[in-house]
Amino acid sequence: MNRALVLRGGRVIDPSRNLDEPADVLIQDGKVAGVGRGLGAPDGAEVRDVRDRVVAPGLVDVHVHLREPGNEDVETIATGARAAAAGGFTAVCAMPNTDPVTDNQAAVGFIVRQSVRAGLTRVYPIGAISVGQKGERLSEFGEMVGAGAVAVSDDGKPVVSSHLMRTALEYARTFGIPVADHCEEPTLADAGVMHEGLVSARLGLKGIPAAAEEIMVARDALLAGLTGGHVHLCHISTRGSVELIRRAKEEGIRVTAEVTPHHLTLTDRACERYDTHAKMNPPLREAADVAALRAALKEGVVDCIASDHAPHAYDAKEAAFDDAPFGIVGLETAFGVAHTELVLSGILTLPELIHRMSTAPAAAFGLPGGTLAPGAPADVLVLDLTDSWTVDPAAFCSKSRNTPFAGRALTGRAVLTLVGGKVVHQADAPVAQ
Amino acid sequence: MRWTWSAGFASELATRQLPLKRLEPPQPSRGFSRALGDETMTPVLGKDLVGLEHLSPEQIRLVLDTAEPFKEVSERPIKKVPALRGKTIVNLFFEASTRTRISFEFAEKRLSADTVNVAASGSSVQKGETLVDTARNLEAMRIDMVVIRHPSSGAAEFLGRRIRSNVINAGDGKHEHPTQGLLDLLTIRDKHGKVDGLKVCLVGDVLHSRVARSNIWGLLKMGAEVGVCGPDTLMPRGIEELGVCRFRRIEEAIEWADVLNVLRLQLERMEKGFIPSVREYYRVFGVTLERLEKAPRALTIMHPGPMNRGVEIDSRVADGPHSVILDQVTNGVAVRMAVLYLLAGGRPELADAAKGGSSE
Repeated sequence: MNRALVLRGGRVIDPSRNLDEPADVLIQDGKVAGVGRGLGAPDGAEVRDVRDRVVAPGLVDVHVHLREPGNEDVETIATGARAAAAGGFTAVCAMPNTDPVTDNQAAVGFIVRQSVRAGLTRVYPIGAISVGQKGERLSEFGEMVGAGAVAVSDDGKPVVSSHLMRTALEYARTFGIPVADHCEEPTLADAGVMHEGLVSARLGLKGIPAAAEEIMVARDALLAGLTGGHVHLCHISTRGSVELIRRAKEEGIRVTAEVTPHHLTLTDRACERYDTHAKMNPPLREAADVAALRAALKEGVVDCIASDHAPHAYDAKEAAFDDAPFGIVGLETAFGVAHTELVLSGILTLPELIHRMSTAPAAAFGLPGGTLAPGAPADVLVLDLTDSWTVDPAAFCSKSRNTPFAGRALTGRAVLTLVGGKVVHQADAPVAQ
Repeated sequence: MRWTWSAGFASELATRQLPLKRLEPPQPSRGFSRALGDETMTPVLGKDLVGLEHLSPEQIRLVLDTAEPFKEVSERPIKKVPALRGKTIVNLFFEASTRTRISFEFAEKRLSADTVNVAASGSSVQKGETLVDTARNLEAMRIDMVVIRHPSSGAAEFLGRRIRSNVINAGDGKHEHPTQGLLDLLTIRDKHGKVDGLKVCLVGDVLHSRVARSNIWGLLKMGAEVGVCGPDTLMPRGIEELGVCRFRRIEEAIEWADVLNVLRLQLERMEKGFIPSVREYYRVFGVTLERLEKAPRALTIMHPGPMNRGVEIDSRVADGPHSVILDQVTNGVAVRMAVLYLLAGGRPELADAAKGGSSE
């Protein structure tokens, strides 16, 4: 067993217990053994001075794409988990749009095994809703959950058939898992490549109207109401979606929602000059949408921040805008972007941000973590909020560098990440595997 | 061990990315003949002509004024001047085009440039890949200028940012077709003696039209009032915010306008469900003689071609006394000569001399 560890004198923030005070954290046998002032160190324990640092439960990301199996040149479960650790995440949920699709217990088991083998950030598999993500037949939720799946989703593709969505929500109730949907009405989005608005009109690019998302948000909320199932809405991007979710929650419907750091900070103007690093789905929207998403996160209408980490080969984005793939990497910039843009600008308090990036997503997906309660797994994060750094994609642990935040000056980053009490990331000494 | 491998990957990536990231300052003055002017002066249009949105009214006026002396070249028995002798130009067409390609080719040949035509096609992803590789290959061959037509919006800008050669956009997706916008402006100015204060209405499929976007920017910058008319299904949402008047009925547009620029209706728009039928489109939006006869004044009729007679425009209108459709084609060569000359670093005040060849 690892040596006991005492994190001495940090500002401890644990949103699960409304804690924000200077304290020591004792970690023993892979678990949080105690939080309090002046904790004694057991014999042989390592003591780390974390004065001027923040100690918090590790971040949890319920939406990443790790590309393994199928596209290991771009990312693997190990490199994705290392990027996650560097970004302060102790648990991530891997979407099933792999090749082959993660739609059965063997595929789910493979991801669990690769995660354990990497021994870094925990990677929880999300199984496909439908076999092959074809939108036709339900996958075997029961066996996938048995093998370790924590949710189901056809992400990357919307669930087009309302009947399939309904049965997925009903069937998932037996296993107590959320059904995560990528909300996009495909006939309306058609071949759109960016937000439909004035910028798309000027650039001559096919737009995806906000309504393409909102129609599916409304439908999913109605179906969750009909079935009593838990629908999780992926990467919400429009102010209209926010209002629909607000109404659904007021009616007691079991809906949770996530928003990405980029939808909280960038608008469709980032697509000007045809910058393919600003091409993502859902697309970057307008300033009014960004404002509504920020307010919704503050209020809790949107539950959590998720990165939608989507690695692509460097040359895939070196193409005309129409031809480039959707998506950006986000694990290593998520906290810095959110802290700089939301906390330092006074929109969220730091405990609120930790809540939205750790406790709330863990709760939404029923994952361990998101807490420093004694007895919980020691998935712990130490943050340096004064560290000003510049995003340098060449320094990413991820295999991919497709980010619109390159060169951006950020403040705040993870200096120490522990998973089950084991150090998986240290800012001053990258952990070799 | 794996960490080392990962670092190796990163450094390899950095090396491989190098040629893509290299954004040299524009150096079009490299190797100019003295006839084209002082090598140290900044070219008046910049390195590339990607669109009219980011040109100033002065730059647009300069192109139109420079086109004037070049018009005469095409009227000579020997239609050739030495202004671009020794320059190599590639006409890179990823999309079928007859009129624009020929017009550019004549402009290039009449300026004595050496030209190569490349026609490429393939699936959209292949096009994207080809575009990067094409850029690198063109750069490696040290050509002076590239005229590019591509089905993806932004393709010309993409290429321009990756090569030192001058890039001229001959139509990129639904974005811009700047030389068409310029030749339309020149034709309007020829006909009316001015652009400023005129009311010009673009009729038809503005949503999918690069000609419409270049016209809107060019006309607004030159002081015209701009209208757009067509069904909402073929209008970009929020188009009014660009500063144009919106007409939903062709009768209202005709009553308002001095000039109608009738856009080509791509017949596949009907299959995609933007309009119910070509027949109904003509009945509701067609620019017909009967409708024009009710107008308070004679309207100048323009069309970028190729025309669908009896779809967006009545033959009697296209062939009528107020049509300047063939003048547009004639002006196209002069405008493209002016653009090529200016991008190559030619000085506008020397255009007359350059075409005479006396200073070569």
